[in-house]
Amino acid sequence: MKSRILIVEPSEMIVAGLSAILKNLNYRVLEPRRTVDGLSGDLAVLRPDVMIINPTLCPNLAQVLDRRPIRVAALVYQYVEQSLLHQYDAVIDVRDGSNIIEGKFVELCSAATPSEARGTASHDLTKRETAVLVEVAKGLTNKEIADALNLSVHTIISHRKNIMHKTGIKSVAGLTVYAMLNNLID
Amino acid sequence: MAHIFFEKQGKLSDMITLYPNLLHTLPRFDISLGFGNKTIAEVCEQNGVNPDFFLLICNVYSFDDYLPSKQELATIDMSQLVTYLEKSHRYYLDKRISHIQHHMNRIVGLLQNKRIGEVLHNFIEVYRGEVEEHFNYEEQNVYAHLTKLQQGIPDKAYSIADFISSHGNLQEKLEDLTQIIFKYLPAQMSAEDDAIEVVFDLLQLSRDLKKHSLIEEKIMVPYVMQLERRVK
Repeated sequence: MKSRILIVEPSEMIVAGLSAILKNLNYRVLEPRRTVDGLSGDLAVLRPDVMIINPTLCPNLAQVLDRRPIRVAALVYQYVEQSLLHQYDAVIDVRDGSNIIEGKFVELCSAATPSEARGTASHDLTKRETAVLVEVAKGLTNKEIADALNLSVHTIISHRKNIMHKTGIKSVAGLTVYAMLNNLID
Repeated sequence: MAHIFFEKQGKLSDMITLYPNLLHTLPRFDISLGFGNKTIAEVCEQNGVNPDFFLLICNVYSFDDYLPSKQELATIDMSQLVTYLEKSHRYYLDKRISHIQHHMNRIVGLLQNKRIGEVLHNFIEVYRGEVEEHFNYEEQNVYAHLTKLQQGIPDKAYSIADFISSHGNLQEKLEDLTQIIFKYLPAQMSAEDDAIEVVFDLLQLSRDLKKHSLIEEKIMVPYVMQLERRVK
């Protein structure tokens, strides 16, 4: 399964060079982007496993990712303020040789959830997630749900993240409608 | 960055052809259609709109990564900012959300399960209430604060820092509703024209609210911060 890589970088030369290296390493390189305009919405369709982005384009990475589980590397070829780089999973320097780049990518891609696996998860919730959803729809807090289901708060939070990811619905009110439409509560 | 942003000597019609979403902003400046081939500067002058301010809004509205510099903000006449923001609020509530409610009521009327219909109906009612509350808060606190500072009156009762820490997101529930309608409504419902139309309306409103937040965060916040330092 080839990992899907998206490059977001304004310089055509750099994009061409990096794409060539990645294609040689047998990665699937998606149509590169010049800017982050409209990127956030398009990520759902592009489904990259790893994104390489010029950090100066994107001061607020979290906003662009919108909680999507994508690994992101910063592509650096000029001085970039260190504080901007903290939000990235890796830093790729334009002076890196292709074996260093390869090493960084092997690591990035192995840590990423392959998009195929994410796709087959579909919208079906596991039994445990369904149980958590029902409690969320009733308006219970994480602590109350943890007590009711005999699980840790941490586990509940992780189930809730999965529920949001699978259903695409984030608010409690929205999840309540979802639960009703699926006859999980009345 | 690498963009060529809009300029005063360009034709307004060219800008709109390139970025049709900007049509939504025209009524907020009281600019009506029929501007022919006039430049942005000419149309603005005719309608009593400051062209630099107009372009500032259009640029933020059209380019997600556009960030005006402090110098730009300091030199542009912002006297129309509050009017613009308030008109946007009215537009969202009276036009867009009312329109969505109208479609939603028809969808709810077609649902066989009345209980689900009721929950969907409440969902949008509660949402409207939240939007009204959000807008009222901004108008009574933030915009009032801004207006006072613009008049040179110091205002210690409110600080823009309160706004930064509490500014909520109005798009999230709209996005949820979009997902619910096109992914989870019973199949016979989603073929209805109303369901398809409302999804477009929701997507459009959600995008527009995002732009509205950007205008508040990228223009209003730094501008008020400058005023707060100056007017003491």
